[in-house]
Formats: sequence, structure tokens, C-alpha cells
Amino acid sequence: MFRKRPPPEEERRLRANDREYNEKFQYASNCIMTSKYNIITFLPVNLFEQFQEVANTYFLFLLILQLIPQISSLSWFTTIVPLVLVLSITAVKDATDDYFRHKSDNQVNNRQSQVLIGGILQKEKWMNVRVGDIIKLENNQFVAADLLLLSSSEPHSLCYIETAELDGETNMKVRQSLSVTSELGDPNNLAQFDGEVVCEPPNNKLDRFCGTLYWKDCKYPLSNQNMLLRGCVLRNTESCYGLVIFAGPDTKLMQNSGRTKFKRTSIDRLMNTLVLWIFGFLVCMGVILAIGNAVWEKEVGALFQSFLPWDPPVDNFLFSAFLSFWSYVIILNTVVPISLYVSVEVIRLGHSYFINWDRRMFCSRSNTAAEARTTTLNEELGQVEYIFSDKTGTLTQNIMTFNKCSINGRAYGEVMDILGAQKKRVQPLDFSAWNPLADRDFCFYDQSLLEAVMVGEPAVHEFFRVLSLCHTVMSEEKKEGVLVYKAQSPDEGALVTAARNFGFVFRSRTPGTVTTQELGKAVTYTLLAILDFNNIRKRMSVIVRNPAGRIRLYCKGADTVLFERLHSCSHELMNITSDHLNEYAADGLRTLAVAYRDLSEEQWEAWAERFNGADKATDCRDDRLSAAYEEIEQDMMLLGATAVEDKLQDGVPETIAVLSLANIKVWVLTGDKQETAVNIGYSCKMLTDDMTEIFIVNGHTVQSVREELRKSRERMLESARTRDGGKEVEAQGWGGACAFGNGCGAGGASNWVSNESKCSPPQAPPSSFLESISGEFALIISGHSLAHALEADMEREFLETACACRAVICCRVTPLQKALVVELVKRHKKAVTLAIGDGANDVSMIKTAHIGVGISGQEGIQAVLASDYSFSQFRFLQRLLLVHGRWSYLRMCRFLCYFFYKNFAFTMVHFWFGFFCGFSAQTVYDQYFITLYNIVYTSLPVLAMGLFDQDVPEQRSLEYPKLYEPGQLNLLFNKREFFICIAQGIYTSVVLFFIPYGVLSHATQSNGVPLADYQTFAVTTATALVIVVSVQIALDTGYWTAINHFFIWGSLGTYFTILFAMHSSILFNIFPKQFHFLGSAHNTLGQPVVWLTIALATVICIAPVLAFRFLKLDLKPQLSDTVRYTQLVLQKKQKPCGRVGRGVGGAGVASGSALGRLGRGGSRRSGYAFAHQEGFGELITSGKNMRMSSLALASFASRHSSNWIDTLRRKKHANSTGMQNTPPTGEDSAASSQAPPLSTSSSPAGKAGQACYEYVLTHSPDDIALSVIRSPEREVGEYSTGTVQEAPFVWKGTGARINGASSPGPPPIAEETSSGE
Amino acid sequence: MMASSYSAKEEDGHHSGPAGLGAATRTRKPDNTAFKQQRLPAWQPILTAGTVLPAFFIIGLIFIPIGIGLYVTSNNINEFEIDYTGTDMSSPCFNCSQNFSWNSTTPCKCVLSFYLDQPFESNVFMYYGLSNFYQNHRRYVKSRDDSQLNGDERSLKEPSKECEPYRTNENKPIAPCGAIANSMFNDTLDLFYINPSGSKTQIPLNKKGIAWSTDKRVKFRNPGGSNPNLTAVFKDTAKPVNWHKPVYELDSEADNNGFINEDFIVWMRTAALPTFRKLYRIIQKNNNMTPTLPRGNYSLEVTYNYPVRSFEGRKRVILSTISWMGGKNPFLGIAYMTVGSICFFLGVVLLFIHHKYGNRNNSSDIAS
Repeated sequence: MFRKRPPPEEERRLRANDREYNEKFQYASNCIMTSKYNIITFLPVNLFEQFQEVANTYFLFLLILQLIPQISSLSWFTTIVPLVLVLSITAVKDATDDYFRHKSDNQVNNRQSQVLIGGILQKEKWMNVRVGDIIKLENNQFVAADLLLLSSSEPHSLCYIETAELDGETNMKVRQSLSVTSELGDPNNLAQFDGEVVCEPPNNKLDRFCGTLYWKDCKYPLSNQNMLLRGCVLRNTESCYGLVIFAGPDTKLMQNSGRTKFKRTSIDRLMNTLVLWIFGFLVCMGVILAIGNAVWEKEVGALFQSFLPWDPPVDNFLFSAFLSFWSYVIILNTVVPISLYVSVEVIRLGHSYFINWDRRMFCSRSNTAAEARTTTLNEELGQVEYIFSDKTGTLTQNIMTFNKCSINGRAYGEVMDILGAQKKRVQPLDFSAWNPLADRDFCFYDQSLLEAVMVGEPAVHEFFRVLSLCHTVMSEEKKEGVLVYKAQSPDEGALVTAARNFGFVFRSRTPGTVTTQELGKAVTYTLLAILDFNNIRKRMSVIVRNPAGRIRLYCKGADTVLFERLHSCSHELMNITSDHLNEYAADGLRTLAVAYRDLSEEQWEAWAERFNGADKATDCRDDRLSAAYEEIEQDMMLLGATAVEDKLQDGVPETIAVLSLANIKVWVLTGDKQETAVNIGYSCKMLTDDMTEIFIVNGHTVQSVREELRKSRERMLESARTRDGGKEVEAQGWGGACAFGNGCGAGGASNWVSNESKCSPPQAPPSSFLESISGEFALIISGHSLAHALEADMEREFLETACACRAVICCRVTPLQKALVVELVKRHKKAVTLAIGDGANDVSMIKTAHIGVGISGQEGIQAVLASDYSFSQFRFLQRLLLVHGRWSYLRMCRFLCYFFYKNFAFTMVHFWFGFFCGFSAQTVYDQYFITLYNIVYTSLPVLAMGLFDQDVPEQRSLEYPKLYEPGQLNLLFNKREFFICIAQGIYTSVVLFFIPYGVLSHATQSNGVPLADYQTFAVTTATALVIVVSVQIALDTGYWTAINHFFIWGSLGTYFTILFAMHSSILFNIFPKQFHFLGSAHNTLGQPVVWLTIALATVICIAPVLAFRFLKLDLKPQLSDTVRYTQLVLQKKQKPCGRVGRGVGGAGVASGSALGRLGRGGSRRSGYAFAHQEGFGELITSGKNMRMSSLALASFASRHSSNWIDTLRRKKHANSTGMQNTPPTGEDSAASSQAPPLSTSSSPAGKAGQACYEYVLTHSPDDIALSVIRSPEREVGEYSTGTVQEAPFVWKGTGARINGASSPGPPPIAEETSSGE
Repeated sequence: MMASSYSAKEEDGHHSGPAGLGAATRTRKPDNTAFKQQRLPAWQPILTAGTVLPAFFIIGLIFIPIGIGLYVTSNNINEFEIDYTGTDMSSPCFNCSQNFSWNSTTPCKCVLSFYLDQPFESNVFMYYGLSNFYQNHRRYVKSRDDSQLNGDERSLKEPSKECEPYRTNENKPIAPCGAIANSMFNDTLDLFYINPSGSKTQIPLNKKGIAWSTDKRVKFRNPGGSNPNLTAVFKDTAKPVNWHKPVYELDSEADNNGFINEDFIVWMRTAALPTFRKLYRIIQKNNNMTPTLPRGNYSLEVTYNYPVRSFEGRKRVILSTISWMGGKNPFLGIAYMTVGSICFFLGVVLLFIHHKYGNRNNSSDIAS
């Protein structure tokens, strides 16, 4: 931290194998240091940092003031005790954090790497690697620094890396060295290598690198394609050599791990404003009292000098007033006590722990509990208005399951829907009996399909043959019979796996052949051509020659595309299949049609010629290729169609329903295609058939986008008008339109406003008006339209339109656009936003939103690392927001209200006393009382309230999502509430001063001794204060747990204990000066008058509050009050029986409806969404990546967890590394089932007997399947591919492994192999 | 309408229990404890009409009688107050107050006569009262050395800095030091009953038992332990500047002299407010049936030592009897009656509002 920073580099220049030369530049070594302190610097640096907090400095300043005797109205310890407490707690926390950072730094720095020194490979610690060194990497090793790839053991000097730690993408990336260096090969040659690299200075752009290699008088440009970045893991590459370009802190990884922006909650900001106001108030009071002091000293004090001379430096009343100002600042500072900040932190920490501890946010499948990674945002969770969600992996599981198919006009896979929910208990088909190569995780229920295969229906065979041949999947077979598929897209994996289980096992491929095992018989096809997929073609084909020598083209693709290219004799079949496809699409399945075409030898040869010509063409190669493809993909025979389910995560539709009932708007931002996104929108009930209208904005130009947006707004207004019969809305609309027109005209924002005359019929209503339209609209906007919509001059329009819709889906958006959308809403709507996602592409929006939530255990850890909260299931979001967030908000608000109240009540008494003590800053209370009031007497009850309070039980907040609204509207703590609290506090202080004043000024003890002495007065007031605030907290506490009882009664008890102890003769005899209140407690509290006074003051303080609250509750009850009240009534007359039956009865219905997806017309018939990119086919045929299949796949299983990076990045949570490493065990999935997603009912009314009801409802499909599948014999963790039907948790992992061609599964799944029974 | 949607049973966690126990030990599943799952059993009070309204009535019904009781008790107390500051030309003490100087050696005396129209039956407490005297001023309050007053020898020689500027005088430590002690009230008050015959009977004034017993026994101690020779003990100290005589001559009796002089202790217990009274003497009730102070004429002889004119202070003498709850204190009784009535009234108003506008109709049918 104090190291001198060298001037920023302009460019980097280094020479390989030349340490001397490179040393000139003083590049950073590869030693990283993420720790902030060492033993010596800890204290000063930490203190320095802590005193950068305004609050701490403020208290230090007060402390210094108190050391001046003329000012000091309080002893120094009243400030220093809390201050030291706070500082040391923070210091301890920082120290622990730093200790763990040291540990992880050490671990990383001491990793071994092989460095080429003097022509020999030597083991060196990572930290000793220098820029310019050449190091050797082996498979599965972490890349030690940012390297220029020189050569690798693979053909073409390719090298595969996994960048999950860097950008979160789990698919593998290919890197290739320059051809000149790839020839260097062995260490001897490399040692001679003296190329010089000139490149850009260190930066944090992960996807960009530019530089030049100078070697042997030649220049070679370098790009990111040649770079291996630190943090990546080498995969499927035996070894490679790299030249260190950036080391240690200069690496892109480290440059990226900058301190994340500190997020603050709105309550935080409000609190800071309020604290500033209070300081202003404090100064005002100080000034008033100082003026009072001046007047008093002049009028009275000057005359009183014979008894009370001024302190030496004071020679006139003005100076005295000046000092008195500071004295009052000291004694009145308790309006903002230091304990406020500490308590707030403690409460937030507590809430975070409650989130971490929540069993209902624990996913047994991935064995991850929810984690609050940021402890400071909890109450904001109760105020969320907009949720921005990623689709893949967040709403969906990113698992494709082969669900249904239609072969030759017959539909298979319908079994459950026909026979009803009960039949779900049916075992999935057991393939392994007759097919040893079957994937055990694959589930299919329809026996008839298997029978059809057995019987040997040719169409069925051909159908699966297509699936087993026409794809770009790679297979691994390390052990005989144990196949692992690595597919580009999960869809493909699902299809190939389906074929595999039905006896058409794809086993291996070479660039020219595909070997399958067809019903136990090995068949090798000659692969003649792969007609690769692309987005325009929407299909892919292969042309193969079977062993018998017949040539066939197999094609699969989107039905719309494929149906156009069918042979005319297929038309009848096409119609039937089309019906099936409609059904599938209505169920939200991703469909695809399958066809073949027989080719004669001549046809093939003729075409092959043209194809080769096109392939070799230098100009317009792509166009010519696709023309060639087009040519051959004609007159195909339809075989059937597949339906793959993009599995939603559990409870997604219910969650979305509940969230939208809570008035939270869910926007889906996805990189997926429009069709897919819309499909998912339907299946998760964001879009429904009863929506008034769905607007699709798909324009490519500014004008068209603007036009489309305008039209949708018009339509909204129209429909509103027609429905509401006009009048009222019309009037509003007109008024609103005018207002808006003016406002917008001033901003000069958009054309359409200025074009319209200002008060024209409501074409340009304000967003608030639009939002008030009751229609159900949805907006779907694509990425290229969004690019225009997010321009400065259109963003408002877009926002208004979008915000008026109930559902917004943005598809094909880039990560940056995701962030921009979030930013837009954040900026203009002043609403709390939450972004949820699982992948690296969500990081930007997660960081931008007020609250970022990462889905853990899915796609790498990038999103989780950037997030504030993480859990593994989307459905936990409802619990996080509606239960934890709501409570946090409620608790925090109640806490703050009470806290300000109690401190004003406490402090303002000094103000009133000032008028009676010559404005001399004499305190009313004993100084010990002042010291202990905030940290002992009143801290714990309010803390307990802040931690444990509940207005309604958790189930209710899910049943009544409307309960969430006060948070969104910021009703519980705002400036108004604050002033009410303050007013109440001041009122209390008035009562607490003037009641004892009125009573005691004349009262005497029963033995005649006057009660009006200072000490008696102090004890009386203090006792009354403690009792009043205790009664108040008792009134505020809505949920009296044993802890609350203990704290409240304990605080009172502690007060009296300490009071009597402090006023005892024992302490006095030891320190007569410090404890001069000797006997006061005894003398005072023995007097009935004093107790009568205290009782009087308490009643006067509390009665109005009680009356006010009662009236509010009685006349204008909030929903929470009503719910609470009803709860109470019901509790009193518990009727536990009779509901069970009803619940069960309801369950059947509920599960039925949960099962059945909305049937819809063909309007949204889905095309097959090829999720993968094109170009993979080429890679296969070129044989470039063939190496992969031969490689030891162990790497996938034994993926190292990279703890150090976790630690490095999670600054705050150093303790929770390696979170995902514990393998799930067989039994615990059983345990998982009992944590049902809480009531997911979307209809709050008429729901009784939740216990049974919810249980069945949420479990109906899955639980049962679970119990079946999870039999003890079940063998877990073979490397088998397969898709899972109807049992989503068995295994999410499979899906991840399917796409394992490009990505190994997430750690927990990978490890599962080793833990299998 | 809300009723139907409720289940009385807290289903919460019921079915999750047994399965959770079966979870493997290695799972990260959070513990299923009531605390961690926020299911601690709790009492959830609600402000309902059934609780709030009775509370108001009960408060009212308790407070009003207490108030009446207090008021009556307070009214039965005899109290007589006489101002003897002497600011008025007509006042007998006018001269004394005008001719005051700290250094005067001859005491100025004045006699005030007054008439008690009611006999004082029980023990009578005699107070002196000061007004506009800021015993609660911060600088005043802290200007004392409790160690010294507790008999600490070192503090006797070396008083605390807090005592400045009354810490030392002519290089000798002041005992007792500080502004409080320095400004000790030193008027002497004697009370005479004027018999109908015209002769004066001095009323015996008891000067013991006027301080807090803890002060007398623990807080204040003469230095030198039990050494009866206070003169020797205080040998090397100076008397406070304003005092006429040193601390060891405050009284003739050994157990009421020096720091443990009760008048001194009473003075050192600073008042909370600028107008205060302090107990001066107690007139014990005689054993016979005659009142302590019968109705009639009295004269109060004041040895006027204490100046208050400079800061417009007032001096008073108060004679009062007391009851179980202390001296005359009408405020408390009135306050209780008022608050009690208001609470009761509030209860009525709330009841009315609740009946007329109350929003709980929907839930009352659940209850029925």
C-alpha cells in the first residue's frame, strides 16, 4: 500500500530468456499481495483507515474536546469507552480477514511451476517467476501468470483452457500459438528463443491483447488468441510452454479484482442525511444554549461571581458562551451515539446469518446454503421493485431433457399426461438391462417407444440413427462402456443421449468416420460431410455412407425450415407431426424436426464437387457454401420430431407469480433468442394467455424502434379506454398528458412529444399514468432494438413503455446492455433493483443493480463472486425478498425509529435543564449513566427487536405478497417517520424533565429532607427515562421471544443493579471522587414520591403513543396489522383438525395444475433453438480437436477448486472458501425434499390448511420421482450422459456434463464421481 | 374474508423435522433449531380494543383516587413561609442586607415576627430557602473535593484542582475547598414563640438528623480518624475565604463538627434547581398533647450573614409538617388527578371511536 508506484507504463517491452534485460524495466514480480497489513503496520494503518470513517473521526474530535477542562462537561470516558469498543471490534475483524488473505497469498505464491532457466526446467515458486521467463505448464495446472503461448504438445499448437475463474464461462476455449514459435517444441530450442515482445501496458481487459513479437528480424502480431491468462486452467493439453508477459499484480486477473464498488442501501443514505440533519440540529441547540449562556453570564453570572467566579481564562460572558457551545456539543452528541453505527452493523450481520442459516434456502442437491456475501444490504431486500433476471441457469436449469418425440406420426412420451399425476410413480424405463451403454441418469417413461425399438420399427430406428449421427458431439470412453458426451449445446447432448439409451449409441468419431453401436452391433459410418448449423439455416445435416455403402443425408432442424424442404410424399406425415409439434410448443418444449434423404452415388459426387469448389472459394465462401448446402438439403423424408424440455428450475412460475403479486416487476434479460425467451416467458407464467397484449419490439433502426414503442403505448391507452369506459381515465390521461408534455418538452427529449400538440389525446402520458393502467401488457424487445432504445433520447420512452408492462423480456442482449437496462431503471425510477443471474455475462448487471444475486453451483463462480447474495435456486428469491428482506426492512426501520427516539428522549433533557442551570452544560444525569445508557441499559432490547422482531409469520408474508408493499413505498422509515420519532423523543424529554421538576422542587422525603437535590433529581430522571424507554420498546416489540424478555427485563435489572452498585459505599470508599453519588439510589428510590413521579412520567409519555397507535390500528389498519390480528384470533380458537382433509383434497387439483402447462395455439410454436455456435462441424472434420477425445478425462473429475481466488475476491467472507467442494451424499437428497419451497400459491385467497396443501403442491411432481429414483442401490456418478425426465434434481449435473464437451460440470457434480456409493 | 384463508396451525417446520435429522453429517444444511430458523416461540401482543381500552380505564381508575389521596394529604400539611431577604424598605432585615460586607465582624441581626393561624401538630421541619442561587451550575457543582471531605489526609494537604480558585489561600490548602463550601449558608435562625402574655419562649431546634444518614456516616469524615482534636488536624489549612470561622469551629459538639457538621453536609448536597430549600432544623413534637407549634405569634431572629442581594437572590424560612409522602406537594396530586381523568376520558373517546368507526368488523365475526 505504501510501495512507491512506478510511473504508469506506456508499453511493455521484454525479451524472452533475458532476465538482465527485463530487470531494467522493474516489472512487478509474480508475487501477489492481497493482504493489507503486516504485523508492524497493522495498528497505524488500520487506525488510519478507521478514522477515515466520518463517525469515528467525529467521536475522536469529541474526545479531544472533552480533554479541555474548561469545556469538558463530561468525563473523557463517556466517549472513549464506546469508541475503543467500536475500534477494537472492527480491528479484530480486519485482522482476521487479513490473516486469511495472508494465508491464501502464501499458498498461491508458493505454488510450484516449472521455469526454464539456463535451458533446464527448474522448479520455482510462483512468486519467483519473472517477466520474460519461459514456463512449462501441464494439464490441469493453473496458469501462473499471463503467458504468451509459445508451443504446446497438441497438434497445431492448440491449447485448451478453461476460464471459469476468470470470466465464469465453463466452456473450453482454444488458444493457439504463433506458427513460428510452435516449431520450437523442446526445451533446448526454447532456451535459445530470444524473441522480444512489445505490447500494451497491463490492463483489465480480459478479451483483448495486442502486441508484437520481434524475432529474427521479423514482426509477428500477437492477439488475445495467443495468450494464456493467469487464473485459467489448462485442459486437455498435455503440456505447453509460455512466455511470461505480465506477472503478479499486472496480470489481467489481478487487474480485474479491484475492490468492488461499495454498495449502500437507501436506508444508509437516508440515515447519513438524517445524521447530518441531527448534527445541524445539534449545532442549533448548541447555539441557542450558548446564547442563553451569554445572556445568563451577563445578567446573572456576573453578579453571582462572589460565589462562583469565572474559570481563569474566561474573562467575559462571550468567551464563556463560546466555551459553553462546545460543552453542549459534547453533552448533546448522544443524539447520534456511536452505538448507532455499531448496532446497525450488528443487526445487519444478524440478518445475514439468518439468511445463511435458512434451511428453506438450502439446496441439498448442490449442498449449498444461501449465503449473504454482503452484510450491509439486507434491509434493501425489503424494498425491491424491479428484478432483472437472467434466463439460462437462473430461471431454467440449463438442463435439456429429451421429453417427447413424434416418430412417423406417432407421439411418444405422453404417458403422464394421459394417465394423470398418479402415474408419475411409474418407474422410468430401465435401459441398462438390455443396453449396457445406456446412461443411467436418463429417464423416459413411455414404454411404448422402447417396445417400438425392440420390435424394430424402421422409422423409429432411422429416427434414432439420425440422432446418433447428426450432431457435433464428442465422446470420451476412458473405460470400456463408460461414455461421456461433450456437447456444444445441451440440446444436442440430450438428443444424442436419448439415442444412446434407445440403443443407438454414438461411440466415437474421427474426422472421417462416426462409430456407433446400433442395438449392440458396432457400425462405422463414413462421414462424408457435415453441413454445419448456423443461425440462418437453422438446421444441420450430415452426409454419411453406411457400411453397406449407401449414402444418406441426415438432417435435423427447426420445423419451419425443414418442412419447406421435404419431399412431397411426406406431406401427410408433416401435418400430423405439425400437430404434435404444436402440442409440444404449447408445453413450452423446444422442438426440432428430423429428416433424411437418400443420395445416390452420382448425386453425392456431383454435389461434393460443387461443395469442394465452394469450400475452396476465396470470395463469398460462406454464401457459396450455404448455397451448396441448400442444394442438397432438398426432398427430404420426414422422420419425426423431438421435443426437448428446457427445464425450468423448481418453483419458478410460482415464484414469479408471488413476486408479481408483491408488486415486484420481473424483467428477463437473456442472451437467448426471442423464441426461446418467449417460450420460457410462457412456461414460467410471466406471459399468460389472458394478457391484454404482448408487444414485440424488434426494429433494427431508430425510427422503427421508436415507432414500435409509440404504437405499444397507444395500444395500451386504447385498451384502457375501452375497458374503463373512458371518463375517469380519460380525464386523468388528459391531465397527465399535459403535465408530461410540459415536462418532457422542457427536457426536449423526444420527437414524438414535440411533434404532437401538447394536449392532444393521451399519446404521451406520464409513466405514472401508464403504470396505472390496469391492463396486462408484456413487452418483448430484442437486443438490436434495445441498442437504440437505450440511446439517450429514447431511453425515457422505452422506460415508460416497459414500466407500464407487467412483464418485460429482453432477448439477445449483451452483458453490457443488461447493465445498461438496470442502470436505466435505477436512474430514472428511483426504485430498488435486484439482478439475479448465474453466469459471467450477468456480472455486469449484478454489480450495477442495488442488489446482486448470484445463482451458485451452476456455471462457475463469477456471478456468485460479484453478487451480494447467492443461493442455488431461483425460487429462493421469494423467500429472500418476501421473508428475509421484508423482515430486515421492518426490523431496521423499527430499530432506527426507536433508536432515534430513545436518544432524543435521553439527550434533550439536558437542553431543558440548561435553562435552569445557567446554561452551564451541567448534565442532568450521572456521568456513568451517560456512558452506560447507550451501551448497556438500552442497547440490548432494541438490538433484540432489530434482530428478532416479526410482525407476521413467514408463511403469511408469502401468502400475502402485498405485505411487501410498505417497503417498496418506503413507508416504515422515511423523513416523516423520523420527525415523528424525534417529536416523540422530544416530548418524552420534556415530560421527563418537567414532571420531576414539578414534583421534586417542592417535595421532601418522608423524613423532611428535601428531594430537590441534584443527585436525587438525576436518579429520578434517569430511572424514569430507563423505564419509559423500556416500556416503549416493549410496546414496539411485536414478537416477544425469550431473548426479548431476557434483554428487556435484564436491561432494567442491570440498570438497577449497576445503579445500586455505583451508589454503594464500597465503591465510594475506594474512589471517593468518582463515585460521589453515594447513597443516592437508596435514598431516592426508597421514597414513594419518587415512584409516583416515575409512574406519572411514564404514563404521560406512553399514553398518547398508545392512544395514537390504537387509533391507527383501529381506523387505518395496515395489511400486516390485519393479518396479525386475524392470526391472533385464529390462534385463540385453534381448529387444527378438519383442515387436513381439505388440504389433501386441494392438493390433487393443485398438482394437476402445476403439471399441466398452458395449452396454447401455434402462435408461439417454437423453432428448435440451436444453442451452439456454428463452426464446430468444421473443427471436427478438420480433426483439429480430435485430440480431446483421446485425452485422459480425469481432469474433469478432479477439478481443482481454486480457493485462493475465492479468497482473493471475496474480501469480506474469507471464511467460506471451498464452498462447493463437499460432495453431496446420497442420503441428503432425501433430506432435501422436506424443505419445501414455501407456499408458492399465487392465489392468496381461499387457501386453507397450508400444511398439507403446500407440501403436496410443491412436491407433487418431483418428490415422488425422487423417492423412486433414489433407491439405495442406485449408482451415482458414472460418467454417463443422459437427460432426465420429470426429476429435475436427478441430476442437474447431467445437464452440465452433457455440455461437458466444452465445459466440465460444476465442482460438486464433478466430485460426485468419487463419492458415489 | 380473511378468516377462511388462515390455518390455525403453524405448519412451519413441522414436516421438515424428521427428514432433516436423517441428513448426512457432511451436509452444509443449516441446523434446524428454532433460533436459526427464526421460529423461537414468542408472545405476539397486539394493541386491540380489548387490551388498550381497559388499560386506559384502569389507569384512569387508579390515578384518580391516588391523585385525590395525594391532594388531600398534601392539603393537610401545614406550611408557613416567610421571606427575610430584606430587599424591601419595610423589611426588618433591610438594613442588614444593605450593609453587608464579607469582612464585617459584628453580626447583623434582625427580627421578623409572624403569626401562625393554624397549629402545627406533628414534628415541624424548618427550612431555609434560597432563590436564584445556582447551586446546579456546572462549575459550582464540580468545585469540591470529595476525597478531602471523606477525610483523606493527602487531599487535605493537596486539594483537588477542581476546587480552583478556592483551593489554596496564602499558600495553605483550604479545608474544605471549593466554591460550594466557600459559599456555605451561614445565617443563624432562631425561633421564638410569643406567648399571649408577650413573653418570648425560644423553641428548641434540633440540629441533628437533618442530613442524609449516608452522607453523615460514610461520605463525610473528619481527617485524622477518631482524633477528637480537630484544631490540630486542621492546623495547616486555611478556612474558606468567605467563612467567618474555620471548619473545626462550626459546632461545639464533637460529633457535629468539622466536615461532619450537618449544616455543612446539607449545604454540600447541591440543589438541582436554582430555587431550593434546605433543611435547617427540626422541631420535635413534645410528648404532651399540645401542638408542636401552637397557633399564635412568633418571632424569627436572624443573624444576617449571608449576602444574596448582589445576585438578586431571595432568602426564605419555611416551617412545615410532613406526611408519609413528604412535605406539601399539591402538584403531584393535581397531576395524578388530571392524568387519570385524561386517561379515562381518552378511554371513553377511543371506545366511542372504536364503536363508531372501528375497522375490525371483519374480524369480529371470526371471533364470534
